[in-house]
Amino acid sequence: MPYVEGLRCRECGRPYPAEALHVCEWCFGPLEVVYDYEAIRAAVSRPRIAAGPLSIWRYADLLPAAADGAVSLGAGFTPLVRADRLAAELGLRELWIKNDTLNPTGSFKDRVVSVALTKAQELGFKVAACASTGNLANSVAAHAAHAGMESVVFIPADLEAGKVVTTAVFGGRLVAVEGNYDDVNRLCAELAGEHPAWAFVNVNVRTYYAEGSKTLAFETAEQLGWQAPDHVVVPVASGSQLTKVAKGFKELWAVGLLDEEPHVRISGAQATGCSPVAAAFAAGRDVVKPVKPDTIAKSLAIGNPADGPYALEAVRSSGGGFGSVTDDEIVAGIRLLARTEGIFAETAGGVTIASLVQLVDSGVVKPDERVVALVTGNGLKTIEAVAPHCRPTATIAPTLEAFAEAVDLPAEL
Amino acid sequence: MTISVRIPTQLRPLAGGQSTVAVDGSTVGEALKSLEAAHPGFEDRLFDETGKLRRFVNVFVAEEDIRFLDGLETPVADGATLSIVPAVAGG
Repeated sequence: MPYVEGLRCRECGRPYPAEALHVCEWCFGPLEVVYDYEAIRAAVSRPRIAAGPLSIWRYADLLPAAADGAVSLGAGFTPLVRADRLAAELGLRELWIKNDTLNPTGSFKDRVVSVALTKAQELGFKVAACASTGNLANSVAAHAAHAGMESVVFIPADLEAGKVVTTAVFGGRLVAVEGNYDDVNRLCAELAGEHPAWAFVNVNVRTYYAEGSKTLAFETAEQLGWQAPDHVVVPVASGSQLTKVAKGFKELWAVGLLDEEPHVRISGAQATGCSPVAAAFAAGRDVVKPVKPDTIAKSLAIGNPADGPYALEAVRSSGGGFGSVTDDEIVAGIRLLARTEGIFAETAGGVTIASLVQLVDSGVVKPDERVVALVTGNGLKTIEAVAPHCRPTATIAPTLEAFAEAVDLPAEL
Repeated sequence: MTISVRIPTQLRPLAGGQSTVAVDGSTVGEALKSLEAAHPGFEDRLFDETGKLRRFVNVFVAEEDIRFLDGLETPVADGATLSIVPAVAGG
């Protein structure tokens, strides 16, 4: 926090103070946090980070809010799992899964919400709000409860039951809106203007919130022994996470935490039923045309992605690619990861794994690269997606005979 | 035809602090021109040098993004509501 100099418009460069502002008053471009990297470089070190908490707050020097008094349920420092069995199936030499299903509310959103509500409290807000496809709803409701803040959470009315219950249980206000996520988001963008005393984590404090995703890059590098991977596959909804992961690796180099300059190729993963950024990439366009989402990957179903242009630019400039996968491929991706690595991902994770398969097949992800796939949400939230395929092998009477008859065992068992 | 335009907080100073402004016009483009005539300054903020809506400005007619309709040519009925909303939100 002491290293934040202010905010700056990413489009036109106009400066702003570090307050609850998210868009440039002149051109509506997104505001970015400006840090004093020279001062961070002088202060930060690997031992200092190693001595910090086992959470995103070990990287507080590179975050826009102070670790003291952080609103934290312990988000971050999730396992980076070497995935040799999945790598073997795909023909890769070295594959790692960043298992962000293990965050406090089961998704990477705990990273961004911990930063957002910490900053919101610094700015004096008492109410936390958001527009969510589900994971964010869980996280805002939980962190607000933990911090003793009121919460007002908006979701599309057709969300998975698992995500509704796991938000409502925290006791805040949960409003189901008749419409898709883009409708909810538009409503919240307008409501934020009417309720300036509310911290909408992904509207008026979005500038700070989004910075939390950088910790995915920080942790990945630290867990690889302070080395950047060759290639990272990231799911894309608004495009914010991918953009910030790219920024995170660059910052590690800028502040002297890496020995070698990273050249991380970044690839995006989208569901074909909501692939505005992947479609722009495939067509060689700079403009991300909004779409009406139709996919089981509801956590990625943002048809009008705010950071789409920046995600596109990050993928193109890094030499990465885009996966675009069908609902059937998403389900197959969830099951493949579960079967080979023992990790149960929600539909967004299915999109990531299925996209990884596609990117390997098309030669974008190369067999000799050190690859990291970000699996960002827990499968228990979206059991509907795989439930038809995941039944007991047999249902039997409690007798030896019934078992012998029903279950065909191979000789080695 | 009277169209009600909802103004985002960032642009309210241009309209004397009002959150809603009544304008005339039979298309989105005409309504925005009439907004500029009543409260000069909006055009510079909403449109880039080439006259296109800036990429981080969303305009909605009756809650629908005009990019799914006919853009600035989208017809607006008498009494319709047009919303100008910053695009940078969500996710």
